[in-house]
Amino acid sequence: MLSEATLKNIDREVAKYPADQKQSAVMAALHFAQAEKGWLSRDLIGYVAQYLGMPEMAAYEVATFYNMYDLKPVGKYKITVCTNLPCALSGGVHAADYVKQKLGIDFNETTPDGKFTLKEGECMGACGDAPVMLVNNVHMRSFMTPEEIDKLIAECK
Amino acid sequence: MAILEAINPALTAGWHQPDAWHMDRDSGWRLKDYEARGGYQALKKVFTDKLSQDQVIAEVKASVLRGRGGAGFPTGLKWSFMPKGAPEKYIVCNTDEGEPGTFKDRDLMRLDPHAVIEGMIIAAFAVGAVRGYNYIHGEIYELYQRFEEALAEARAAGYLGNNILGSGFDFDLFAHQGYGAYICGEESALLESIEGKKGQPRFKPPFPAQVGLYGKPTTINNTETFASIPYILRQGGQAFLDLGKANNGGTKLFSVSGHVNKPGNYEVPMGTPFAKLLEMCGGMRGGRKLKAVIPGGSSAPVLPGHIMMDCTLDYDSIAKAGSMLGSGAVIVMDETVCMVKSLERLSWFYYEESCGQCTPCREGTGWLYKLIHRIEHGQGRPEDLDLLDDVAKKIMGRTICALGDAAALPVISFVKHFRSEFEYHIEHKQCLVPPDVQKAGSTFHTRLMAGATC
Repeated sequence: MLSEATLKNIDREVAKYPADQKQSAVMAALHFAQAEKGWLSRDLIGYVAQYLGMPEMAAYEVATFYNMYDLKPVGKYKITVCTNLPCALSGGVHAADYVKQKLGIDFNETTPDGKFTLKEGECMGACGDAPVMLVNNVHMRSFMTPEEIDKLIAECK
Repeated sequence: MAILEAINPALTAGWHQPDAWHMDRDSGWRLKDYEARGGYQALKKVFTDKLSQDQVIAEVKASVLRGRGGAGFPTGLKWSFMPKGAPEKYIVCNTDEGEPGTFKDRDLMRLDPHAVIEGMIIAAFAVGAVRGYNYIHGEIYELYQRFEEALAEARAAGYLGNNILGSGFDFDLFAHQGYGAYICGEESALLESIEGKKGQPRFKPPFPAQVGLYGKPTTINNTETFASIPYILRQGGQAFLDLGKANNGGTKLFSVSGHVNKPGNYEVPMGTPFAKLLEMCGGMRGGRKLKAVIPGGSSAPVLPGHIMMDCTLDYDSIAKAGSMLGSGAVIVMDETVCMVKSLERLSWFYYEESCGQCTPCREGTGWLYKLIHRIEHGQGRPEDLDLLDDVAKKIMGRTICALGDAAALPVISFVKHFRSEFEYHIEHKQCLVPPDVQKAGSTFHTRLMAGATC
């Protein structure tokens, strides 16, 4: 169900924990599974649970508890915009509105071509760089003025 | 944003000023750079001077270093709670930096990951831990990868692993990535999360020093706390204390966000006047008037600007003014800000992030948000302000962890200090701050919400 490269990544994570604590790697394992497949289906979560020798329900609890796991398909590029207070004081809401307008979608929507999904995020711990956006959970972008947003959207091929 | 300015820097001395936009162009964070500015000398000193565990703890106690994550608990004292002799003990670093307004640990991890590693190794030696984890905020994945690289460097150089620097001391350290849950910044939720579970806080007692990670004795400190340790062991606890003021040792990173000309991290001695910090930040944006400051991250009670201007930046002064130094996240708001709208956004955050375990927090945060939302949207009732206060006070002290209090304190303080704005919203169904004034500063006015009054 998962590629050899992904399983290798998961094995590397498992090795960080005591031998009888494989479950500790579940967050990272779900991260790698999501990175390969785009989102976490029930079957995929079940597979990860089995791979780590933990109950499927326990893996499902983790997948539903943490905000960055996607339990439904998302666009090729998921853009998360922080609109929490410190960011909002420095343009976070403006930035989100600009992205909405540009892509023609609201938060939690995906463009018809399946390219972009927009999410409203909570504090990313980068308030001094506001407005801040996160691309596909892994790349943080700072000082997102309209020009920078244009650049980002153009980069997303 | 990296560190902009510092007074008597202990943490950021010799840091490379990075390009704000390009993390991939950073330099100065690698092992060779860290060693060139005196890195790992503290660890070597511990071994060559043959310091005992108790001597290391005594030095940290003498520094009056207090936990930089927000609670301000004396670090040396925390370390001394670890039982002697237990065979399996852990050291955990809390880099789950998600308290709105706080972004200091991100710069530490970006520009000085080895300081965190060295601090953790010394802590592990002091408490007798053989294994450690650094729990890193999910949103900073690029820095998680950088930390992994730094760990590999430290391992290759013999600072981690078996028989570190020939001392006979074994310790290894690993990075664990979070995945977007504010509650995991709470230490027992963080431990649950490392164990591969939902991040729901545990009852305390027992405290982590007795029953921590995998049920074993564990010491958890904040990233900045660990990064302060090398200085203390190199220069001495007294030297660190002397940088700050009595009961408030050292310098500290302050993350300044909001309506200042130069938002960013500033390292200043504990006890520095807030007015001085504001000056270092280039003053208020557009020369506008200071209205309010949240001095210690979004969970700290808000203070009106004029009260804050009389405070110094230390645990005692800010506590006396009725708030908390917290994580050192200073959120600055000018006269263009609508306090009702600001509180609405913060309340949404706590509602979203409540882990759902305790009823007063799970239900109460929803009540708080809905009440503030209706005031903001012109449907407030005169009795709502008393109801808000009542709900907030019924959450406080009735939950397993501090998130309940963290959700209640902003509500109580916003309504206390800016009651007239809330009353105006209820009575006139619009904002006391005129729309054109708001437009000049904050960016709330464009929020696409039906019925918003500002």
